[in-house]
Amino acid sequence: MVMDNLIVLLVIVPLLTAPVCMLLPARITWLLTTLVSWVVFGLAVLMVMQVQEVGTLSYHLGGWEPPWGIEYRVDELSALVALIVAAIAAVVMLYARRSVNSEVDERNRTGFYAAYMLALAGLLGITVTGDVFNVFVFLEISSLSSYILISQHRDRRALLAAFQYLVMGTIGATFLLIGIGLLYAMTGTLNMSDLAVRLNGVEETRTVYTGFAFIVVGAGIKLAMFPLHWWLPNAYAYAPSVVGAFLAATATKVAVYVLLRFVFTVFGVEFSFRSDFFHYAVVILAATAIIVASVMAILQTNAKRLLAYSSVAQIGYMLLGIAMLSTLGLTATNLHLFNHALMKGALFLALGCVALRIGVTDIVGFKGLGKRMPLTMAAFVIGGLSLIGIPGTVGFISKWYLVLAAFELGWWPLIVVILLGSLLAVIYVWKIVEAAYFQESAYPGRCEAPLSMLIPTMVLTLANIWFGLDTRLPVTLANDAAVLLMGGNP
Amino acid sequence: MTPQLALQLTLVVPLAGALLIALFGRWPNLREAATLATAAALFYLVLQVFGALGADSDPSALYVELFSLLPGLSIALHAEPLSMLFALVASGLWIVTSVYAIGYMRANHEKRQTQFYICFAVAIFGAMGVAFAANLLTLFLFYEILTLSTYPLVAHKGDANAKKGARIYLGILLATSIGLFMPAMLWTYLVAGTLDFRPGGILEGTIGGTAATVLLLLYLFGIGKAAVMPLHHWLPAAMVAPTPVSALLHAVAVVKAGVFTIAKVVIYIFGLDFLVDVPSEIIAVYIAGFTIVAASILALRQTNIKRMLAYSTVSQLSYIVMAVMVLTPFAEMGAIFHIVAHAVAKITLFFAAGAIYVASKKTEIDQLDGIGYRMPITMGAFAIAALSMIGVPPTGGFVSKWYMIAGAFQLDSYFVLAVLSLSTALNAAYFLPIIFRAFFRRESVAPAKNHGEAPVPMVAAICVTAALTLLVFFFNAPLVDFERAVVGGF
Repeated sequence: MVMDNLIVLLVIVPLLTAPVCMLLPARITWLLTTLVSWVVFGLAVLMVMQVQEVGTLSYHLGGWEPPWGIEYRVDELSALVALIVAAIAAVVMLYARRSVNSEVDERNRTGFYAAYMLALAGLLGITVTGDVFNVFVFLEISSLSSYILISQHRDRRALLAAFQYLVMGTIGATFLLIGIGLLYAMTGTLNMSDLAVRLNGVEETRTVYTGFAFIVVGAGIKLAMFPLHWWLPNAYAYAPSVVGAFLAATATKVAVYVLLRFVFTVFGVEFSFRSDFFHYAVVILAATAIIVASVMAILQTNAKRLLAYSSVAQIGYMLLGIAMLSTLGLTATNLHLFNHALMKGALFLALGCVALRIGVTDIVGFKGLGKRMPLTMAAFVIGGLSLIGIPGTVGFISKWYLVLAAFELGWWPLIVVILLGSLLAVIYVWKIVEAAYFQESAYPGRCEAPLSMLIPTMVLTLANIWFGLDTRLPVTLANDAAVLLMGGNP
Repeated sequence: MTPQLALQLTLVVPLAGALLIALFGRWPNLREAATLATAAALFYLVLQVFGALGADSDPSALYVELFSLLPGLSIALHAEPLSMLFALVASGLWIVTSVYAIGYMRANHEKRQTQFYICFAVAIFGAMGVAFAANLLTLFLFYEILTLSTYPLVAHKGDANAKKGARIYLGILLATSIGLFMPAMLWTYLVAGTLDFRPGGILEGTIGGTAATVLLLLYLFGIGKAAVMPLHHWLPAAMVAPTPVSALLHAVAVVKAGVFTIAKVVIYIFGLDFLVDVPSEIIAVYIAGFTIVAASILALRQTNIKRMLAYSTVSQLSYIVMAVMVLTPFAEMGAIFHIVAHAVAKITLFFAAGAIYVASKKTEIDQLDGIGYRMPITMGAFAIAALSMIGVPPTGGFVSKWYMIAGAFQLDSYFVLAVLSLSTALNAAYFLPIIFRAFFRRESVAPAKNHGEAPVPMVAAICVTAALTLLVFFFNAPLVDFERAVVGGF
């Protein structure tokens, strides 16, 4: 029973948990949501195993045959992204209780956990659905709930950040909807595989081109593609730490997934990159993102904003892999989806520990933390090394693939850009290391984070090392997904 | 025990030792017993691998793959003569240093001794990994572990001065390795398709002359642990560490890991035959030659014993680098011999400096008048080691210089000969006055506390290393035979 309905359960379980949360007393909600998020993680693992075993899974909602009914369709790429989302959600949930208690008003906590479940359901829904309108619906579910989540921090600036994100996010989602509408007008179908086939006849029309443009820009806003990224630093910096970690590790990844799906599965490589202008535009934007966002990260005085800008730069790496239009490049992108989730997850959780103990995440506040919070800072250093791309961490693996892909095409300048990005990362990671290890704190004494937060942080940190050495799982999934995308069939 | 198992255990044992030390942190005697037992077990294992290397003609018998990161890129171990030599020196001297460190740390009532011994064991883990790395990537990984694990040792004292030194230490070593070494490694992989250490090198025929020179310089400066000028500042800065650290790590394990890496790169990545044909390779010889002379002049001006020894180390390391870069068989043998000869002599000098500090709290050269009468054994050993630095028989330093000069004649390089003679004079100029002060002058003022020799464990350690300095001279034949195997049996 479970195996047959695996895909839909992945979405239904968190979706139904959200209203249940609202009915329960506040004390129990954390327990329930944690339990559910781990169940969802278990389901996601089962799903990945099934995909690896039998290939693409298809589920017909309500028994309606596609293309009339809604189809849920899971291939290696969906499985990879769903696994990232579910895993991060589960680990972050363990961590959430102490952090949320200190950062979110008591009367809002029940709603907070309910919104968290909705966001999880939305993000997972996007990854498993094979229906473009369904993508929009789930995108809205996840976006609306993340606006709520971001605004929950006691700091009033969170409200403004949430509002900025709301404006940009709504524009992005609307663009996506307009694009989907145009495609529907031309083809009369919403099913991705069906769309891919039917677009063949009408590709040359202006309507389809317009739809393509709307979809790419809409997805570009959601994934914080440079220069559409300006909502992201505030959203990550002023959101509650838990939300920052969860969104940084998952939301942009899912948006990249949406872009990949539309560009490679629905439109197909040949159509999407027919115009050299678009192709080079992506390459240049990606390269600019890597350099400019890294420099912006160096200039930040707040650690969360620093990491947020670093995220924009890392998204540049993912776009670069996409723009290479080769299996190797896409493998690098897919790998970086996975690996970046691990590093940013670990780093933001470490920052959450600092926020709990010190109250702020300004870099000045990190003085002497190397001694006061040795384990948290050790986790931060390992996450930082991973961000730089040191061998032995996951960051090295995806960068290495990206460089190989660039080399395969003979794109030497881009190899320089990638290396330069690493060097800039050294500088911004060093800023925090410098404060934590080489400057004296005014307040001596240890103030290590509580175990309930330290353990999830350590789990993600060690995952950075583990998957940096034993690369079989992510590389296999990423490579299979890349082959699939280049093949053009979902 | 199969050789493969022994090879893997050389990495496991130091880590297990670190864990034991952490567990026994509350009981100093048990903790120190753990250190000694680990050191002894490690040396035994290295001897096992050594035995297998002699007995087995099949080179693949001593190859173990730990992780496969990508096709053609793995974390793997391999024992060959050169790595054997480094592993024997590092693990053998670890035993002696442990004995010495116990005496030093207790007599000085140092704080955080458990952390000290843990980091020491992890540093040895890094050194073993560097020694037995089967490819450049593995070597790089352990090279970075060595940097990171020695940082807490350098910053051990925890005062502002120690932090300043540690900052320079970490900054230069990390920046050079990430900014220069890693790109060089990447470049090598892109053109050669592999990073394995192979006899005869992997770069021949894949890269042009000018590019090869640039690559060589990237390696030369990227491997910052070799302390080639102008990237040598970290070594004097690291002298803020407790003396056992300076002795084993900054005279043997860390710095020798640097020159060892350069030797590995020249012999097994470039290949001697290929590098001879690279037109501007001689630049590297000039850079090293300059470092030898300049560092000796700087050593002449030092007033602090340990800082003088540090500059002497910078100079002596460049002997090895220069000899490696001369590329003639005798010079290579001289370089490899000097790794051993310098190790035992320099560790003796540091031991002596530490013993003087523990017994009399003296750290400056001009305080040493007449100290030979109070500490005859220590200063006798100091004299022997100093003679080895100058290259006077019957000490190990003579043998290595002999081969280096022979190598210079093979090349007819008057530059190398001039550097060797000039630096010998300079070495004599800064070491002989100390011996003169110690034995031929009277104390001008009596010390505050009447003292004799340092505690027994320290004196015993000094005697052992001083004896080794002499033994390397008298029994050089096995070592020389061994080196022929590295250079390729001519």
